[in-house]
Amino acid sequence: MAVCVAVIAKENYPLYIRSAPTENELKFHYMVHTSLDVVDEKISAMGKALVDQRELYLGLLYPTEDYKVYGYVTNSKVKFVMVVDSSNTALRDNEIRSMFRKLHNSYTDVMCNPFYNPGDRIQSRAFDNMVTSMMIQVC
Amino acid sequence: MEAAAGGGCGSGPPPLLLSEGEQQCYSELFARCAGATGGGPGPVPPDATRVAPGTATAAAGPVADLFRASQLPAETLHQITELCGAKRVGYFGPTQFYIALKLIAAAQSGLPVRIESIKCELPLPRFMMSKNDGEIRFGNPAELHGTKAQIPYLTTEKNSFKRTDDEDKQETQSPTMSPLASPPSSPPHYQRVPLSHGYSKLRSSTEQMHPAPYEARQPLVQPEGPSSGGSGSKPLRHQASLIRSFSVERELQDSSSSYPDEPWRITAEQREYYVNQFRSLQPDPSSFISGSVAKNFFTKSKLSIPELSYIWELSDADCDGALTLPEFCAAFHLIVARKNGYPLPEGLPPTLQPDYLQAAFPKPKRECALYDSYSESLPANQQPRDLNRMEKASVKDMADFPVPTQDVTGDDKQALKSATNEALPKDVSEEPATKSGLLPPPPALPPRPCPSQSEQVSEAELLPQLNRAPSQTAESSPAKKDTPYSQPPSKPIRRKLRPENQTTENQEPPTTVSGPAPVATVKPHPTVQKQSSKQKKAIQTAIRKNKEANAVLARLNSELQQQLKEVHQERIALENQLEQLRPVTVL
Repeated sequence: MAVCVAVIAKENYPLYIRSAPTENELKFHYMVHTSLDVVDEKISAMGKALVDQRELYLGLLYPTEDYKVYGYVTNSKVKFVMVVDSSNTALRDNEIRSMFRKLHNSYTDVMCNPFYNPGDRIQSRAFDNMVTSMMIQVC
Repeated sequence: MEAAAGGGCGSGPPPLLLSEGEQQCYSELFARCAGATGGGPGPVPPDATRVAPGTATAAAGPVADLFRASQLPAETLHQITELCGAKRVGYFGPTQFYIALKLIAAAQSGLPVRIESIKCELPLPRFMMSKNDGEIRFGNPAELHGTKAQIPYLTTEKNSFKRTDDEDKQETQSPTMSPLASPPSSPPHYQRVPLSHGYSKLRSSTEQMHPAPYEARQPLVQPEGPSSGGSGSKPLRHQASLIRSFSVERELQDSSSSYPDEPWRITAEQREYYVNQFRSLQPDPSSFISGSVAKNFFTKSKLSIPELSYIWELSDADCDGALTLPEFCAAFHLIVARKNGYPLPEGLPPTLQPDYLQAAFPKPKRECALYDSYSESLPANQQPRDLNRMEKASVKDMADFPVPTQDVTGDDKQALKSATNEALPKDVSEEPATKSGLLPPPPALPPRPCPSQSEQVSEAELLPQLNRAPSQTAESSPAKKDTPYSQPPSKPIRRKLRPENQTTENQEPPTTVSGPAPVATVKPHPTVQKQSSKQKKAIQTAIRKNKEANAVLARLNSELQQQLKEVHQERIALENQLEQLRPVTVL
């Protein structure tokens, strides 16, 4: 259901970004880029409290006319950003959360691979397949 | 295609340009030569598999026969052999072989035997055999099979079939085959007769043979070029020659398509090799290899990092960053396959799944351990052996069972490296000794997997020196018997036992030592006493040696003390002199 999925590293460069091929990919790249500001804002707002209390799921970052952008931050400041179609009203918050959880699990699996150097682009096929499964559900 | 041929092994001869027909023909021939010797590629089979898993080589015998069959004069053949580089490198790798074939074709067309000749467009080399099949086949493969498109299909089929037929039928019908195999007489199964068998089978079963895996293999053979054809023979040949039942099964299964992926099947020989490699990295076969250790090891295979990363992804089924023995075997096998030119599969093949591997090869694990026990012959710790054996049996039975034990043992072992490395081979070695029936295991004792093993491990840490052996013996036996006890209560028990053990170990068998233990719900074992007498002797010799060492060290100590005293005295004397001289210098 996601139209675009991105994994951003702590230093705010993309480790993995993938859009549904039909759309103009550059537009999504811009959206993800601008959403990083919102993510940082949310992190710093909660940052006064202890890190433990900060939830990983950030929720809706900002809505646009056609799309909604959701965010998720891990404890190591790796951000997951997901863009979904606004017309997809059936998507509930829980589903978004579960999608982020799946993303996070796949990401940790990628990390477990000793041949993966943190900071590299993610080239794992398992990760790709998982993201594809998330995007393909768009009907 | 040239890259595949040129980049195969050598860098000396210039890259080969092979047409499609030549490609297939040569790869077949190479497969034939490589597959002809049942032992393995190259003249020294076991070393070859260890030393160069990536290169498939053709044995000199069938290659020589093939060259002779080309009916060229001997000097020409010598020239060709030299030119292609086989003499230089000492074996016929794929590159050398193809260059040689090309030169043979050149010579047969009347061109001079030079390196430049291989760049020309040449007809296929012709090899005269007694059988018409062979002649026709090598001379005009296109005609025989009708269309070129069919060639790869049938050649790959032929390759696999021929070899299964070869080895199978050779075993069963070798007397009948050898008289037919007259001209190139040396390896009888190198003959056309198996081919004709294969042919008839093929023609009749072309439709039955499901084209899917072979067509999948067709792009495999073609893009990968000659190396896969040659190396595809290696795993196939291994399987056929080493696993009779599998090959027979495979012939049946080929039409029933249950395991079409032969290259992903691990043979017993390969499995042993992988297990040995595992043990070189991690002595306990039931524990993990950590990610960094595995990474260093696999990086030596010189595959690219993305490929290694992908192989890891495929083989680390539980994604925990560590490899158990079946996962390690799968990863190693994938690396070997990749080096031989097979493209990596999209998913882990069923024959490489960890549960399949564990179920299919439980014995070699123990056999390797058996081998270890005879070579190491450690006397101590025969009780935990039973534990390990039963643990392994339960590992086999229950897939989820090994996870907690391995986790615990893995953590422990990673924490206590040197001590555990010594403790564990003992455990492993004892386990198969039980199995071998030297000491009948007490069957009444239910398995006590992780707590006892971690106990032994942690107690090994506590008693790093000599006492480890005796105390482990003593403590593991009561620990083992304390099945209903969970780990925490047994730890304090163990510590209490230790001082008692140190004093009483020599005289009393472990059963009596465990008697004073407060926890002892001990069942006396006659076998334990036999073990303990052997242990006693070992302990006594160890004690004697240590006493001698102590004496030597004490003597050394006294000598050094003497020297120290003398040096002190000298120093005092010098200081006195300095004092006396100082007023003179100051002025």
